[in-house]
Amino acid sequence: MGSGLVRLILIRLAQAGPLLVAVSLIVFALIYLAPGDPVRTLLGAKPVTPEAIAVLRERYNLEDPFIVQYLKWLWQMLQGDLGRSISGNRRVINIIAERLSISAFLAAMSAVIVLGAGIGLGAWAALRRGSWIDRLTVTSGVLGISSPPFVTGLFLLYLFGVILGWFPTFGAGANFLDRLWHLTLPAIALAFSVMAIVMKITRAAMIEAMVKDYVTFARARGLSARRVLLQYVLRNALIPVITAAGLVIVSLVAGSIYVEVTFALPGLGTLMVDAVSKRDIPLIQGTTLVFSLFVVVANLLIDILYTFIDPRIRFEGVKS
Amino acid sequence: MTLPEAIDAHPVRRVSRRLAQMPLLVALAFVVVCVVVMCAVLAPWIAPYDPSLQRLDVGVSLPSSDLILGTDTLGRDILSRSIHGASTALVGPMVIAAGAFAIATILGLLAGYLGGWIDTLIMRWVDFMHGLPSTLIVIVVVGVIGGGYWVAVAVLLIAFVPSDTRIVRSAVLEQRPRPYIDAARSLGISKPRILLVHIIPNILPIIVAYVAIDFAFALVNLAGLSFLGLGVEPGTADWGRMLSENRNLLLGGNPLGTLVPASAMILTAISMNLIGDWLFEEFIG
Repeated sequence: MGSGLVRLILIRLAQAGPLLVAVSLIVFALIYLAPGDPVRTLLGAKPVTPEAIAVLRERYNLEDPFIVQYLKWLWQMLQGDLGRSISGNRRVINIIAERLSISAFLAAMSAVIVLGAGIGLGAWAALRRGSWIDRLTVTSGVLGISSPPFVTGLFLLYLFGVILGWFPTFGAGANFLDRLWHLTLPAIALAFSVMAIVMKITRAAMIEAMVKDYVTFARARGLSARRVLLQYVLRNALIPVITAAGLVIVSLVAGSIYVEVTFALPGLGTLMVDAVSKRDIPLIQGTTLVFSLFVVVANLLIDILYTFIDPRIRFEGVKS
Repeated sequence: MTLPEAIDAHPVRRVSRRLAQMPLLVALAFVVVCVVVMCAVLAPWIAPYDPSLQRLDVGVSLPSSDLILGTDTLGRDILSRSIHGASTALVGPMVIAAGAFAIATILGLLAGYLGGWIDTLIMRWVDFMHGLPSTLIVIVVVGVIGGGYWVAVAVLLIAFVPSDTRIVRSAVLEQRPRPYIDAARSLGISKPRILLVHIIPNILPIIVAYVAIDFAFALVNLAGLSFLGLGVEPGTADWGRMLSENRNLLLGGNPLGTLVPASAMILTAISMNLIGDWLFEEFIG
């Protein structure tokens, strides 16, 4: 702890700020990116009446210069007012709240699989280099990188849902256990490609750590193999894995959109894709902001967590 | 770098010797890619039917002697659609991988060789782009513009530039302190000439290897956008589009409508990844 850590957190916050501004600017500019007049875009299928147009012009401050519009819009967003959806005329924030739980459940389940199976298999492969488990891990790594979640999902759905009938092919489940059962295949599909990254990094880092002098010395001191493995090898090998955590989170969020569509789950991802295909701009803006905010904040937390785990960063200060 | 390799006077012989020692898996990957390319080029001649020919009287059907892979809900031949789908699966990713690396090579050379404020400026931009949740933004931007194959290709191309720039820059930084650059500089050769004639040929193997890996990534991403209904126009025979159109045929009807294009996509992506990894290890690592 101390001033170094505080300074580091401040630097990370200062880096996250411009990123959030950029994301919000892109999200805001979507109104203008859509072909045609923004008013028409925002009206959607509603009848074009002077009153409706006036309401929209008022709400989006379309008379003002671009940057003023943006700032006013941003202020509304910051107050939690995400506007109303065009197609359903409901408050965007309420629609998002309804859909959030399934997406969060799916992401959490996948994260557990990614970390558990990814680190476990990667470490196992490193310990048994050249064995069948090592080859299987390396091969499935290539497969995982090449097979996107929606393709993996379709194969899993067919094999375990249709042919074997072990898992449901539709719906998201009512209570906790039911949901666990319904989301097993989607969570594995989502985890499969992300896991490949974690597995690869863990394996490489373990192999590197095992030949370090401190490991040889720990063995020479007569420490048990188990203690050497857990306290010396694995602990040091996990540092590069944590560095990749940001990538893992981005991949999970992006993949969850595809997986939800594949399994027709009523989550935030399907909400966003539906909104995009209906050109429901306020709903697109709301969902994109929620996803981006999650990614940026999660990355910030990982950076801070990283400094607690690797004391070298705390003491030596930050580079770059 | 070992000495014999550095003074090898016959680079062509070296390449051919390494090609002869290619592992079986990589050779298979080349075969897969060749088959996909043949499908794309020869589709009108080898596909048994017109890919958009609807036979509503047939409807969805399982494989038969006449229709080897069966038909989809509109009675369209799955085999013909899968063969024709090879072209959108190749052209777009090729444009993305090659285009992104063309831009990245210029940026990477400038950043890596000139350094200074140009380097700072380019790398700040790269870092910034890396912080953005790009897949998310690609989906939303392509969707709001109105979708379409070339819109998706263009947006993905831009999204690929930052990481490619990083790769080119670090390759350039590795070449810069080498003696041959010093030699060229002391001979009074101009900067543009050093970049074009001396550095580019030496970083080309790295670029080629990563173009193959980028291709696999672009294929999967582009098909993903088509899967979400944002890529190719409705009705096009495209692997990603077939997955979403025929998704419900998995549950009953003709599962091959989904399984065949899905397998084709994964096989092509794995092959390109294997080829990229192999190129990287053989000619660089």
